[in-house]
This record gives sequence, C-alpha cells and structure tokens, in this order.
Amino acid sequence: MTALRAAKTNNEADSPSSPVLRFGPDKPLKLDAGTLLSPFQIAYQTYGTLNDARTNAILVCHALTGDQHVANTNPVTGKPGWWEVLIGPGKIIDTNRFFVICSNVIGGCLGSTGPASTNPATGKPYGLDLPIITIRDMVRAQLMLVDHFGIEKLFCVLGGSMGGMQVLEWASCYSERVFSALPIATGARHSSQNIAFHEVGRQAVMADPDWHGGKYFEHGKRPEKGLAVARMAAHITYLSEAALHRKFGRNLQDRDALTFGFDADFQIESYLRHQGMTFVDRFDANSYLYMTRSMDYFDLAADHGGRLADAFAGTKTRFCLVSFTSDWLFPTEESRSIVHALNAAGASVSFVEIDTDRGHDAFLLDEPELFAAINGFIGSAARARGLAS
Amino acid sequence: MSVNRAQRVDLEVVAGLIPPLSRVLDVGSGDGLLLELLQETKQVDGRGLELSQRGVNECVARGLSVIQGDADTDLEFYPDKGFDFVVLSQTLQATRNPKLVLDELLRIGNRAIVSFPNFGHWRVRLSLFFKGRMPVTEDLPYSWYDTPNIHFCTIRDFVNLVEELGASVEKATALDGNGQKIGLSMPWWFWNFFGQQAVFLLKR
Repeated sequence: MTALRAAKTNNEADSPSSPVLRFGPDKPLKLDAGTLLSPFQIAYQTYGTLNDARTNAILVCHALTGDQHVANTNPVTGKPGWWEVLIGPGKIIDTNRFFVICSNVIGGCLGSTGPASTNPATGKPYGLDLPIITIRDMVRAQLMLVDHFGIEKLFCVLGGSMGGMQVLEWASCYSERVFSALPIATGARHSSQNIAFHEVGRQAVMADPDWHGGKYFEHGKRPEKGLAVARMAAHITYLSEAALHRKFGRNLQDRDALTFGFDADFQIESYLRHQGMTFVDRFDANSYLYMTRSMDYFDLAADHGGRLADAFAGTKTRFCLVSFTSDWLFPTEESRSIVHALNAAGASVSFVEIDTDRGHDAFLLDEPELFAAINGFIGSAARARGLAS
Repeated sequence: MSVNRAQRVDLEVVAGLIPPLSRVLDVGSGDGLLLELLQETKQVDGRGLELSQRGVNECVARGLSVIQGDADTDLEFYPDKGFDFVVLSQTLQATRNPKLVLDELLRIGNRAIVSFPNFGHWRVRLSLFFKGRMPVTEDLPYSWYDTPNIHFCTIRDFVNLVEELGASVEKATALDGNGQKIGLSMPWWFWNFFGQQAVFLLKR
C-alpha cells in the first residue's frame, strides 16, 4: 500500500489529477535565486463560477504540506479537502457565490513543478537541481495563473501559516491586484526558533541513507524514516502543550503497564509515529526541504529596507489578520507587528485573536470564532466590492 | 466600556459632528455602536481600536474594521493626520495617561472628538458633599475599588488640559441627565454643574 501510494505521489508530480497550466520556454518563471525556471507547470483546482465582471475570485494559498485539493477529496489520501470545513457550496466561503482557486505551490509535489518533477534537461526528477524556491516565487507563479483566468483583481487572497506568508507577499507585491487579504496564523518573517525546527527536520531527512543526496528516485528508494521523523518533530510545533496533554496525557497505548523498553508505550508516541508514517505516503522528501527553506527565507521587512510598513505603503487592500492564543509557532505578537505596520501605512485592517488551546493547527479546524471573523470580513468586503449576496 | 445604547446619548452628538465620507478612527470602539451608526448614516471609512478582545471579535464578525489595542500604547503606530476625525468616546477617564492620549488624538486626526462623563455634575458633588463617599450613579455605576475609570475630570479640568496642549475647542456640547443639550449661551460654570456628559470637537 505504501509503495502504491508512493508511486501515486510521484505520478502526481508530473501528471496530476488536477488541471495543469503549462508554461513553455516563452514564459519562464523568474526566480529570486537569480535563474529562470522553464518550462514549468502549475496544478490547480477551482470551485464555483467566475462572474462576467471577473470580480468574485478568491485565491486560497496552502500551507507547508498542503496542496491544491482544498475543497475536494484528496486523490492521494482519499481524505476530504484540507479546508472543506470552510469552503464549499453554502459554506462560509460559498462556492455558489465565489470562484475559488487553489494551486499547488512551485516546489510542491502534487503537480506544480517541484523537485519530484521530471527535469526536461535530464529526463530524471530534479531533486536538488531545482533552484531554491521563495515565497515570492510561488506568488509570481500564482500571478501567472490568475492572469490566465483574465482576473484583474482578486476579490480576496487568504491562507494560513505558509499560505499566510503568500497572502502577505501578494498584498505587498501586487496590492493593486488584491481587494482584500486574509492572512491567518502567520508572520512577516520566520523566527529563529522556526528556522531551528525546520533545520532539525531537514537534517533528519538528509541523515536517512535512503535520501542519496536527493537522488533517491534514481535508487528506487525514499527517505521515509527521515521524513517521518521530520514530520513528527514539526507536528509537535503545530499543537499546544495544553492540547497535547488534554488529548493524550500520560496515557499508555494498548497496555496496562510500562514495558521497560523503547516501544511506543505512550499514546502520544504512537500518535506521532502514525503522523510520521502517513505523511511519507503523501509527501515528497525533497519537496519538504524546499518548502521549509522557502519559509525560512521569508522576511518581508528585509525586502523593504527593514521597515515592514514600507512593504504596504499606499495600499488600498482591506486586511483582516487572525491569530490564536496557543499558537507558539506564529504567536499573536507576529500578527500584531503586521497590524502595527499596516496602521502606519494607513491601511484598513481588522485583527482578531482567537482564544483556543488547539495551537497553530487551529486554523485548519472547526473554530466558530474564526469562521465568524472570516464571515464578517468577507461579507463587508463583498458589499464594498459590490458583489451581490 | 459596557454601557447600553440608551445610556450612550453622546453617540448621536458625536455622529452629528462628522460629515459624510470622512475617515474616522474610533478609539475605544467597544461593541462598535458608533462605527455602525457612522457607516449606516454617513458612509464613513471607519476603523476601530478596542481593548477587549471579545468586543473586537464581535465587531469583526459584524464586518467592522477593528483591531485589538490599547489607547495608552498603540496610538503611536498611526501616522500623523491619517484620519479626518479621531473619536474618543467615554474612554478618556479609563486611560492611564489622558494627556498623552489626547496629544496623540490631536496628532493622528485633523480633528479630535472627545466625550466623557463630567465629574463636576451636581449629583457627583452632592454625593461627595453629603454622603462623604465616592459617587456611584447611573452613569458611573462602579465602586471606587473596581472602576476602570481611573482619571475622572470635570468639564473645566478638560478645558484647561486642551489649552495646555495648544489645541482649540471648535465646538462643545454638554448633555443633561436626559441626554438633552444644554443651551449654548450658558457659561462654563453652568455646564460644569448641570452637564452630565460633555462632547468636545478639538483641533490643533
């Protein structure tokens, strides 16, 4: 089963189940690394119908290990779309009303060009021959997709975590193309602690002998153990101590007493191992390296002379930021510093901090207060944009 | 501040001072009543700053543009003259540094509108004079030990502070216990005695 899914993941990289937009040599993607990526492709999903005026488009940006399957059954895992609680017919982001676009980011592994994609120059997967991809590179590619649909101005760009970074980049680089922006549980830069956790994950992948310097496909292998450890470590950062203890405490896994060994005695150990194992079935190890690196490199203020407010100078975009009290990966202070920068830039901004013990991952969960905030913000933005309800 | 609309007679007066389509920052926007009123009747570009997270979340859920923040510390992030009007309604007496806050309002807004409960009102004076206790009235329902209102002032005190900050009073209104405006021709001492609420339009 694992091997079968692995093959499926690899296949998704070149010939995904999603629609694909291919850009030939005449339309290269300019990368921050200083090179051009060409040819390249973007895999995407859309939901709903673009209105005649093309004013009802919402772009959803996915997080580190997310993908374009935001509101449909995931072809690799068979599970519901990762934001189906929020997006769909009659939902808060109503696809009967809005045209929702979600694309796999460049560097990803579900159909947009990434390290698992075939390098046309060699006929083999790119591996580490793919240049480093930045958040801005991802957004540049998304812009080309948005242009393809003939959309002058997106009604809203939203996303959480790494998706939130893309939202901020959109609002900063292409503010005239963004009517409203909704960055959730994110920051304008990756903190030292966040980089540290990512480095642990990358080292775990690279320490796996099956990684083969990134050329594992050519060896018919995959660094599953390393990637699973990376995921286990990362997963802890997505939760809060309180939620972990509430859920697992010191409960034992299928046993009455400690075994005095290194088996998964505790439920939390078993849970993390399961998280690691299921992750390697759906995600490419090299892509994980590229995704984490893109977040590490993100520093919006640094791109604007060290003053974050300058990233948003003169913006007319309406903003709503959301943070969660127990998120220690992107604590409220990260959002607050963005809010202050937006205030200084004279921007229209709302900011909601939601009281929950569910940690960073709260943005993916059924959080009524989050939904109420999104609903209020989208509703008032839609009125301002003249969209019928 | 947790006061219901019936008690917020000052809101109508504040709204009456703001022309349509203005850019307005409401500092201490509470449950968003003023912002909503201004958006509905004046189509203003309104923003709010509110201390209570619950108040903020409710406002955003209702489509208002509000952030969580503290008037004492977060006004410094706003640019000079970024708004036509900055409103501080029923909040001045709850700030730690009213002078600094007022100074910031005058910096951020072309005009500042400030409303506050008048501690010089005869009921307050009477309570202190005869009972010898800190006044607890319908307008000021807290006991001295649990009140968020730590910097009360009278209308006269406020006028002095405005002068000290180099600002001028463009318009002033005092409201009696029934929310009725007190005649314009009355001298300050009269307002200070009979005004329960005061609303000032300031410019610097």
